[in-house]
Amino acid sequence: MTAPAQSRTPQALVALGVAFLLVGSYWGLAMAPAEIFMGDVQRIMYVHVPTAWNAMLALTFAFVCALFFLFTNAWKWDHRLEAAMEMGVVLSLLLCIQGAIWAKPTWGVWWDWDPRLTTTAVLVFAFGGILALRAFVDDPARRAVWSAVACIIAFVDVPIVYFSVKWWNSLHQAQSSPETVSKAFHWPLRINAFGILFLWTGLVALRTRLAALRVAGELAPPPERTQGGAR
Amino acid sequence: MSAAEIPSRGPALKPGSTKWFAIGALAAAAAAFLFITVGGIGENLVYYWGPKELRAAGHKAVGATIRLGGQVAVGSVKLGDGVSNLQFDVTDGTAAVHVVSRGVPPQLFRDRIGVVVEGTMTDAGVFESQRLMVSHDNKYRAPADKDVDIKTLMRSTVGLDDASAPSPPVASKPHP
Repeated sequence: MTAPAQSRTPQALVALGVAFLLVGSYWGLAMAPAEIFMGDVQRIMYVHVPTAWNAMLALTFAFVCALFFLFTNAWKWDHRLEAAMEMGVVLSLLLCIQGAIWAKPTWGVWWDWDPRLTTTAVLVFAFGGILALRAFVDDPARRAVWSAVACIIAFVDVPIVYFSVKWWNSLHQAQSSPETVSKAFHWPLRINAFGILFLWTGLVALRTRLAALRVAGELAPPPERTQGGAR
Repeated sequence: MSAAEIPSRGPALKPGSTKWFAIGALAAAAAAFLFITVGGIGENLVYYWGPKELRAAGHKAVGATIRLGGQVAVGSVKLGDGVSNLQFDVTDGTAAVHVVSRGVPPQLFRDRIGVVVEGTMTDAGVFESQRLMVSHDNKYRAPADKDVDIKTLMRSTVGLDDASAPSPPVASKPHP
């Protein structure tokens, strides 16, 4: 648990992500044409859709970390779990806020309890709740095991969010595909999707280091209470 | 830090025992998923009714707060005086319900657009709505033709339904 020379890859990822976001957003805001019905309002799609993809991805990574922790008991998976869940909550919350900003001019309301919006709000509260649980458990081992178990159960909402627009009547439209979105809109979407991907993976890598330092500090003292000093 | 060892400040957790937590959590998650998908929860949680279902409910729908979803029937939109008393028919292709709505409709509101209206059915068979939401589809289109004026397109339904001729814009004269 010593700190060897740390790679600068996370910082590079963050910088790359910001650069991609700048290019993609400029393309989306200034170069891509306006949508024929919505006009300029549709341009929020270039952050909203990539945010949605990446929120699902971050939470899926958290789910994988939780499984790996419980099966291998290697601490690095708990550190990654903490970082990934935080990122998932941030992205899901951003998703709801961007969605509301888009919804007001197009749907006519900021929010409604349709299946897609409700299940996404559940994501924020479920994973936000697990982060609160982590904050209240002092013992690192129990914190890791409990939050991994809770993460696996809460993850069930992720596919439900995805399929909500297929299974139930909803105000939110069904998933778009490359066929339903004009080619002129594809590149800014893709560039921003990778931009957010690089940004969050870099930030999660950095946050993982912080989590590792905290657990190392928690586990170090006091020497007389350790069981089996073989470590 | 070696694997299969969880140092703890409290009583030690048995190494290797946590995989059963994972298996239990996966089982619980799978059960929850199955309950939601095939357990019929979809029939109990209905975001909106279609015109047919609303008609079938008959008097049960009177006085209850309901969401009605469907498409704005072509040529049915009547703008009231000022911003109130907007009237239109919501259709699912077979049945239709006449809606009286208060408030300013969103910009995208037009013939053949999807809407969800919240309100209640009256004895007269008219749906009175206080909340009108426009529901668009998953298509996003760039102007295909550079000569097309975007402003005109936005006020019409050109491109909304390729198979049929464009219908008059919403902002046209109310029907007599």
